[in-house]
Amino acid sequence: MSALNYTVTDSTTMLRRNLRRLLRYPSMTLMLVGMPLVFLLLFVYVFGGQLGAGLGHGLNGGRAGRAGYLNYLTPGIVLMTVAAAVQGTAIVVAMDMTGGIIDRFRTMPIARASVLTGHVLASLIQTLISLAVVLGVAVALGFRPHADAVNWLAAIGLLALFTLALIWLATALGLAAKSVETASNTPMFLTLLPFLGSGFVPTASMPAGLRQFATYQPFTAVTETLRGLLTGTHIGSNALGAVACSLGIALASYLWARRLYNHREAR
Amino acid sequence: MTAEDVAAIEAVGMCKSFGGTVVLDNVDLSVAEGTVFGLLGPNGAGKTTIVRILSTLTAADSGQARVAGHDVLSNADRVRGAIGVTGQFSAVDDLFTGEENLRLMADLNHLGRTAGRRRAAELLDTFDLAEAGRKPVSTYSGGMRRRLDLAMTLVGSPRVIFLDEPTTGLDPRGRRTMWDAIRDLAAERVTIFLTTQYLEEADHLADRIAVLDHGRIVAEGTPGELKRRIPGAHIELQFTDPDALRAGERVLATASANWDDLILRVPNDGSVAALRRVLDQLDVAGVEIAQLSIHTPDLDDVFFAVTGHRSSDAAAVS
Repeated sequence: MSALNYTVTDSTTMLRRNLRRLLRYPSMTLMLVGMPLVFLLLFVYVFGGQLGAGLGHGLNGGRAGRAGYLNYLTPGIVLMTVAAAVQGTAIVVAMDMTGGIIDRFRTMPIARASVLTGHVLASLIQTLISLAVVLGVAVALGFRPHADAVNWLAAIGLLALFTLALIWLATALGLAAKSVETASNTPMFLTLLPFLGSGFVPTASMPAGLRQFATYQPFTAVTETLRGLLTGTHIGSNALGAVACSLGIALASYLWARRLYNHREAR
Repeated sequence: MTAEDVAAIEAVGMCKSFGGTVVLDNVDLSVAEGTVFGLLGPNGAGKTTIVRILSTLTAADSGQARVAGHDVLSNADRVRGAIGVTGQFSAVDDLFTGEENLRLMADLNHLGRTAGRRRAAELLDTFDLAEAGRKPVSTYSGGMRRRLDLAMTLVGSPRVIFLDEPTTGLDPRGRRTMWDAIRDLAAERVTIFLTTQYLEEADHLADRIAVLDHGRIVAEGTPGELKRRIPGAHIELQFTDPDALRAGERVLATASANWDDLILRVPNDGSVAALRRVLDQLDVAGVEIAQLSIHTPDLDDVFFAVTGHRSSDAAAVS
């Protein structure tokens, strides 16, 4: 078998291993998908009526009040789902790296890339399932996207790309962490970013300093693009920004993670 | 080259420092194919660092090492294809069953589905884990985990096996089982590189032993050669008063007295005959002793003999 074949075979083995581990440790996945769901319910039913009333026309997908706010909020919650799910990536990567098994893998003649590839692919599958669950709940609550097939495809593509970027970032954070506890904390800031952007309210309503940060941070470009694709709001230059940010984060994080993985020294 | 003159492990001038602390200082090693090599030393002597360098996990700062005929740096993947490593830290997946762990190893060794399953079942049997094979590893005892760990190392049928302190933390029964497993491997002419803190263990298992102290090899030889250098075996006789001690000292010419503790130390090979001789001599002379204890040489004695100082953690050594 060629080296490439081994890379595929070994990565598949590692993917199967990681998916099986996720099934054996379901409480983590449930907790991580539970968090965006709690925020979805909280913001729709507690704050939704008031916030919906303050939304400009054209942001609420043509519906008033709480229903309009649900339409506005869902893309933000979707990105929060991604941010929450990748905390799990950092945790499982750190669990592997701080345990003895990684040294076993590294003394075996397996494709070097397969350990991280297995983690990334498993996390991607886990996150996409979480996204389907959260979107399903949003629809059940009354979220009504009016996207056509092309828009859906673009939305799924963007989500997959952004998810991949955050997974690589979380993988690097998991590799950099000295303990599993640290790894479960460092990616937490990601779940705050939808708040400090256009995930929950339009950035225009924020005070000057915060507004500038919120307008230009990566989550906002991705949120705005996703919102536009799903509910028909204005996208403009955000599409380019979203793709560029995702690619940038993915590439930088991938290189960082690879460096950390290859240069890992004795405990 | 023929099989007989191939060294399975050959290292020359290995040096390694971590942040200014010298961990390995010019270590040379040679292990003949099909033999068991014991690397003996206390915690912090550098044993694990040597295993990590030879198993391609860490690069030495200088020096060369070849394992199974391949350079550990330039040909790491070839080395990995020939070795198996059971480290000090348990390298098993806690969320999996024993069987799943072994099958994972079979997949990573590209054994194929049928052959992999057969190998996993075989190893579960060999290591007395067949019954526990379908239970999650998190429910295993320390000894079972070690056995599974070793079984996982063997899935790919490695020609050179590194065992880093394979029995540390095991109870006596677990240690016996592990020793049996290692002996079985040695019988199959697999080359075994074993590190240990216990002289007894190296003595039982190894064909050759090297003693490592502060990153340097301070002695090397067969267990017999090494033990001859140790004057540690002796009987200690405890007396109740100085007069009895004086009388005992007169009877036993080779003894040395400790007047503060009223102890007489008699060099002795630990055999029953030699012990009876000492007691007979004391009996004939009518010397009363309060207590008697037999001391067999341990790692600390080896250390004292070859380095002139005690190993730093003598208390942890049995």
